[in-house]
Amino acid sequence: MTLWQSVLDPFGYDFFVQGLVAAVLAGALCGLIGVYITLRGMSYIGHGLSHAIFGGYAAAPLLGIPIVLGAGAWGLASALAINAITRARRIGADAAIGVVTTASFALGVALLTRFGTKGPAFDALLFGSINGVSGGDLLLLGGALVFAVTVFTVLYRAFLFSTFDPEVADVSGVPVRRMDALLMLVLSVSVLATLKIIGVTLVAATLVIPAVVARMLSDSFSRMLWISTGLGAVAGAVGMYLSFQLEIPSGTTIVLVNAVAFLVALAVTGGRSLRRAAGLHDHTDLPAPTALVGAGR
Amino acid sequence: MNRLVSPPGPLVTVTGVSFGYDRTPVLLDIDYTVEPGEFTGIVGPSGSGKTSLLKLLLGTVRPQRGQIQRQPGLAVSYVPQLETVNWSFPVTVAECVLMSRSTRRLVPWATAAEKADVTAVLERLGIAELAGRHIRELSGGQQQRMFIARALLRRPRLLLMDEPTSGVDIGTRHEVLHLLDDLNREGLAIVLTTHDLNGMAAHLPHLVALQRRIIAAGAPREVIVPEVLEQTFGARMDVLQHLGMPVVVDSGEPAQLRPVAG
Repeated sequence: MTLWQSVLDPFGYDFFVQGLVAAVLAGALCGLIGVYITLRGMSYIGHGLSHAIFGGYAAAPLLGIPIVLGAGAWGLASALAINAITRARRIGADAAIGVVTTASFALGVALLTRFGTKGPAFDALLFGSINGVSGGDLLLLGGALVFAVTVFTVLYRAFLFSTFDPEVADVSGVPVRRMDALLMLVLSVSVLATLKIIGVTLVAATLVIPAVVARMLSDSFSRMLWISTGLGAVAGAVGMYLSFQLEIPSGTTIVLVNAVAFLVALAVTGGRSLRRAAGLHDHTDLPAPTALVGAGR
Repeated sequence: MNRLVSPPGPLVTVTGVSFGYDRTPVLLDIDYTVEPGEFTGIVGPSGSGKTSLLKLLLGTVRPQRGQIQRQPGLAVSYVPQLETVNWSFPVTVAECVLMSRSTRRLVPWATAAEKADVTAVLERLGIAELAGRHIRELSGGQQQRMFIARALLRRPRLLLMDEPTSGVDIGTRHEVLHLLDDLNREGLAIVLTTHDLNGMAAHLPHLVALQRRIIAAGAPREVIVPEVLEQTFGARMDVLQHLGMPVVVDSGEPAQLRPVAG
């Protein structure tokens, strides 16, 4: 077999092609939503939400509910629970995420260990897998991407304003609380749709790294959206290809490709871009409650 | 900007309002009206309730007791403290100003009319040449002008500003206050918070001294007097006269603190 043949060999397998398409869609989706997540300082919630959805993944079949529906509702309920706990201001957002999502993850592990899984294998859920990407999965990913693109296009200005300055956006008539809830919905759907490809433990990296690289390369919000989405898609494709060739879980290779992109961007642009990216909120707050409760008395 | 014409009557009327966070009272029995075309500085130390009063006027928090009435259809704009802004956020000056139009259209890009409006308001504030710059590249005075431009794009009749002179140098403070004075002359009502007494005395025709309650309200010469300042700031201060304006000097003596009831 020539080198060229061995390079093209994976494309002869239907499951690889399906996996590749899924990885491109998943990478693009995570890259797109990642811009909003990182600029709002919500990086940790992507990590938490994927763990929370894992609980729903395990519980849904036992309750006789379709996995997508059950896990999606579980994830959204977790996000809203975190939101509600945070708004009550008894504990911080980071602690709320820690409590809700790790408890949900632990429940998922317990259920899968005790009763087994009717869906993807345990390790595939944790680290992603090239195997078993169905037409339904592609449909879910495509639908999630169309949903996210539609939301962020139609509400581009309102999301930009509420991400930059939620306090003034609220005063200016932007329904910031509803925007926050909608972002949670888009994030939940996206994490759910990408879980099989990227895995519970690695979704957060695919949300964060393309957006951070985009911030390093651009001072423009709209360009950030394009760069992050494109990088996510490319990293998905390359990562999936490497996953097949190296026989490593797909989530792992996709994240590693993203990490290499980060290092290349750092090497090319130097410390200046890193300082720019440092302006991304590094706290774990949810979108600021718009009632401005307790701020700056 | 054309001179604003307001219907008769106060823009906002605050009657017997008390407000707090959880069980901590922040404002007690506040009676206050914002009249068309007024230019008022709310002065008081940190924790005196200045920002809370501003939020009540904005309508982003609700009073625990009392009533707040706004003129029907009143357009209010708000300028936040510069210190609260993420200056690394990836937007240009023009994009930031255009945010004011976020609720009107569902297309991402700016229309020709919107671009013209943004250019006009930036020209009015003398920063049109900065439209394409990243917001991080602006000086303190330019940052304040950009936010005022964003506020003006909504064509408000009342502009509320939180500590517009906080963290800026003296030159920028004068620049901002002169600009606000010009806007006020065109009919825009402005209420701002500050703990910068001397800067306000020289520029603002009306002050409100706040320490959970309204201690005094009126012209600077009526508000900037030792008794009011001691009640408001909990410290004795001397007041000198310079070119007909009161100037506050810290006397260095400990205050006889009087607890505020409530």
